[in-house]
Amino acid sequence: MADDNEPRIHLDHATLRFGARTIWADLTLDVAPGEFVAVLGPNGSGKTSLLKTLLGLAPLTSGTVEVCGRPPHKGSSVVGYIPQQKGFDRDIPLRGRDFVRLGLDGHRWGTPLPNKKVAAAVQHAIESVGAADYADAPLGLLSGGEQQRLRVAQSLMGDPKVLLCDEPLLSLDLNHQQAVTALIDARRKQSQTSVLFVTHEVNPVLPLVDRILYLVDGRWAIGTPDEVLTSARLTDLYGTEIDVLHVRGRIIVVGGPESAHAEPGASHHHHPHDDDHEPDLVIGRRGRRSPHSSDH
Amino acid sequence: MSLSYYLGQSFAQHALIAAGLVAITSGLIGPFVVTRGAAFAVHGTAELAFTGAAAGLLVANNPIAGALIGSLVVATAIGTLGGRARERDSVIGVVLAFGLGLGVLLLSYYHGFATEATNILFGQIFGVSSGQVVLLVGIALVVLAAIAVLYRPLLFASVDPEVADARGVPTRLVGVLFLFVLAITVTEAAQIVGTLLVLSLAITPAAAAQRLSSRPAVVTALSITFAVIAADGGLLASLESNTVKASVFVTFISFGIYVLVRLINLVVRSRGTRRQSRPYA
Repeated sequence: MADDNEPRIHLDHATLRFGARTIWADLTLDVAPGEFVAVLGPNGSGKTSLLKTLLGLAPLTSGTVEVCGRPPHKGSSVVGYIPQQKGFDRDIPLRGRDFVRLGLDGHRWGTPLPNKKVAAAVQHAIESVGAADYADAPLGLLSGGEQQRLRVAQSLMGDPKVLLCDEPLLSLDLNHQQAVTALIDARRKQSQTSVLFVTHEVNPVLPLVDRILYLVDGRWAIGTPDEVLTSARLTDLYGTEIDVLHVRGRIIVVGGPESAHAEPGASHHHHPHDDDHEPDLVIGRRGRRSPHSSDH
Repeated sequence: MSLSYYLGQSFAQHALIAAGLVAITSGLIGPFVVTRGAAFAVHGTAELAFTGAAAGLLVANNPIAGALIGSLVVATAIGTLGGRARERDSVIGVVLAFGLGLGVLLLSYYHGFATEATNILFGQIFGVSSGQVVLLVGIALVVLAAIAVLYRPLLFASVDPEVADARGVPTRLVGVLFLFVLAITVTEAAQIVGTLLVLSLAITPAAAAQRLSSRPAVVTALSITFAVIAADGGLLASLESNTVKASVFVTFISFGIYVLVRLINLVVRSRGTRRQSRPYA
């Protein structure tokens, strides 16, 4: 892949509108092979819509978008996708192994037949995420962290050049957050896979992040964490007074009209599907929750 | 008269073949019905097959053709009107209630044999002609072929619609095609167990199978096996008893298998063979 220096994701004055509402405008961004870009911003700022555009599910209103040199299209094999951990029904008739295989051929018509090559590829993916112990257990009985590891394995089955992650750490405890980010990081280092990582908590991935794309109300900022996560830059972006605090190696963003309660280190209870009124200004680790409280 | 006497008769042979075919197709789609949470869609489709059958009886004295048209119309309505699961269920409920009322109205205009009407609701397997057996074989082959083609994307869309969408599975199309397959299967099954008891072949065997395995292929095989045991077993029991309808035995055997499987689950669990708790991996 040494010759492959073309940007994996290319956005040029990309604008997305839903009706009269502008999600983001004139977004211009190139993501290099092996680059890790975190996408931050308040709820409703179009982070997930950006992934949908790159998946070919939300066409641009104007501008250009290319993934690996081509317009994105549904079912592209160069793109891997890891969604939030949502949990499966307990009685879902699927083992972890079957779930991982869907990433390889689940979109093709027909009935899957036993195939040694496929089985070996599935096994390899399972081992690469350390899920061999529970790959034959019913998917619905696995913990959130185990399911999320299998999602990573599934997303890698198609050998993607671009990995799109939509809040993949949400509702995982600290151990599993670190495990899942380590897996994603290992993949991009081994295979020069570019990663676009949507999150509302930058701290768990901060050591891996090359650049940050920060979306607010149709505006955006791009740069290294040191460039973007500054009081001046975010004040400019939000159009209101913002403070970026560094507390014990973590970055906490405080400010905005409703920030009176948002003290450094305070927990915030935002969920991406909560209401969109209050800006998600605190990018901190969730308060003092017990490490296992959010895992199933 | 003895069971062995009946088994020499062509009407009983036809019935056994027909019941077997119905069981195979119902058992095949059952796991998808359960995984997609489409049990109510099965019920709704079956009930409206009744309305179609009543109309078919009245207009052309052909309840089967009427039932097939009725269930296909309903499948189209469910597929196009109901997007989300909750919305879909309320749409089914709305259409179901109206359709049943319409069916009762249609029947009140029908002055043929009264048993024809009850047969739609509760099934009548005996009296299947060799021509109808050929038709049932044809329907079963269509359903088998459709599921063989749909299997992978349907599984993907059923267990993880969001990622399936992102991977290029036409989830909406796959869902509507499945509803058509469902409609055809349900209409076929209704000939044996009646529209009211279709769930005993389309849901119960699959629900039992899912409690025994989580391998998709094993679940499908078990579901088909249970359905065949219930359908043909119910038929043989009915021949033996001489007075009770086959559909009664079919539902009893089907339910019996389900209860048995749940008891096995209980025993296995109380013996502590549940997956051992693992340290965080």
